Amino acid sequence: MGKKTVVPIGPYHPLLEEPEFFKLYCDGETVVDMEWETGYNHRGIEKICESKTFEQVFYVVERICGICSTSHPFAYANAVESIAKVEIPVRAKLIRSIVGELERIHSHLLWVGLAGHFLGYNTVFMWAWKYREPVLDMFEIITGNRNSYAMFTIGGVRRDISAEQATQLLKVLDDVKIKTDLLVGAVMDDPVLHARLKGVGILTAKDIHDFGAVGPTARASGVDIDVRRDDPYAAYDMIKWKVITTPEGDVFAKAKVRLLEMYESISIIQQCLELLKKEKVGDIKAKVKEIPAGIGIGHAEAPRGEVFHFVKSDGSNSPVRHKIRAPSYTCIPTFRRSCIGGTISDAAIATAAVDPCYCCTERMTQVYDHRTGKRLMNAEELIKLSQQKTEEIRKKIKV
Amino acid sequence: MGFKEKCFKKSLWVFHLSAGSCNNCDIEILDLLTPKYDVERFGMKLVGSIRHADVLLVTGIVTKKTLPRVLEVYNQAPKPIVVIAIGACPCTGGIFASGYNFAGPLDKVIPVDAYVPGCPPKPEAMLAGVVKLLNKK
Ligand code: SF4
Repeated sequence: MGKKTVVPIGPYHPLLEEPEFFKLYCDGETVVDMEWETGYNHRGIEKICESKTFEQVFYVVERICGICSTSHPFAYANAVESIAKVEIPVRAKLIRSIVGELERIHSHLLWVGLAGHFLGYNTVFMWAWKYREPVLDMFEIITGNRNSYAMFTIGGVRRDISAEQATQLLKVLDDVKIKTDLLVGAVMDDPVLHARLKGVGILTAKDIHDFGAVGPTARASGVDIDVRRDDPYAAYDMIKWKVITTPEGDVFAKAKVRLLEMYESISIIQQCLELLKKEKVGDIKAKVKEIPAGIGIGHAEAPRGEVFHFVKSDGSNSPVRHKIRAPSYTCIPTFRRSCIGGTISDAAIATAAVDPCYCCTERMTQVYDHRTGKRLMNAEELIKLSQQKTEEIRKKIKV
Repeated sequence: MGFKEKCFKKSLWVFHLSAGSCNNCDIEILDLLTPKYDVERFGMKLVGSIRHADVLLVTGIVTKKTLPRVLEVYNQAPKPIVVIAIGACPCTGGIFASGYNFAGPLDKVIPVDAYVPGCPPKPEAMLAGVVKLLNKK
């Protein structure tokens, strides 16, 4: 091997939305090794959740990630409801699924746009984001906010969807469908995109199993997993839809899976709205008196894959432990397979292909020395370290 | 009108810095560039390097790990520069203010010219913030 050149990217770089740091070790044009460093975005959410009441935690987990701001509350609601053993009304289930799928549409459109941007194909970026706007407007009409919807609560949802809103939503969906056709046409039949994306950043089914990757990343490599079907929650077992998979595993396949999933989401929402007509208006929340002591596990299929929440309650009004695992946590390490061996120019799109979300991923881990098995830091030491650092910072910025 | 505002009458170039955000404010900033809001009409655009920028948009809480980077970016900026705090996070810490990794509101770290509260603020609110700043007496 010749001399290696290190190409540092980040933590602030025009291509990166969020702060993270990549080091690409290159031999000529080829990436031979890579490292990445995250942690810039760590906000201590699990700990903050422990100081909030069960109701308040919804608004904290919503702000783990702004793009999947329904998936986290979804998983958290599933976890808490499994402790309290409440059965939520059917109308609430349907509304939850509707919001969840609308979010998938907006997130996938966002990804298509960003992927175009990463390739330097800004037309796709502008198109996709333009078509995303009506979806955001719809969110504003239904939930009151463009992002961070604050829709969920323990035992149901906070707002109902009225008949007029439903009609409006159906109209927007028809529109989105036409626009999706257009995008699918623009992406699937474009010879330039074929040349650019096919055979780039390939992940095999084995890679997916090795890293435990989930969501569209896994489905694009022929691994047929989807929480919505495998362990149905909300209204997903009441309607007909299919899981999109394709075996190729390259970036093009991931684009294909996401685009086709949008059609499924549209059809899910349409069916939910149909079922919604039969349910009593206003029956959107089950009464929950208290959360007993116990352990709850909840997961949900976010646009990027499985979100997992673990909640432990001791019978008081706030969780004693809240553990979160976001899909990007397992998807990001696949970069080692998809980028190494490719060229530098492919690395950008190969990393973007899994739709990484760093603010979801920033969880803290304890470190063990693998030779001696000794824990390198315990809680006390960490607290001490944290206090020490806060002191330093205080001094630096003089507060 | 202050000196700074006088300097920045036309074609503001914007650098976006996410200190430790939830992405929501960031995508709303990107939204400003896309056809619905399209701030490029006014000559505003996102630039890749702080050294080209007139405006620094900061989103998210300043975490302990990003604090030195935020200072570094601010120091590298050509002065005068307008700093705008976008969202509840940089203004006060918002929902994360009680977190152990929160290093303080943005105005404790670098001087801030305008605050756009909201979680996330709407793109219209961000535009209104800039307009207010430019019309400052
Ligand atoms: S202000 Fe709200 S929306 Fe913006 S980054 Fe902070 S938590 Fe996210």
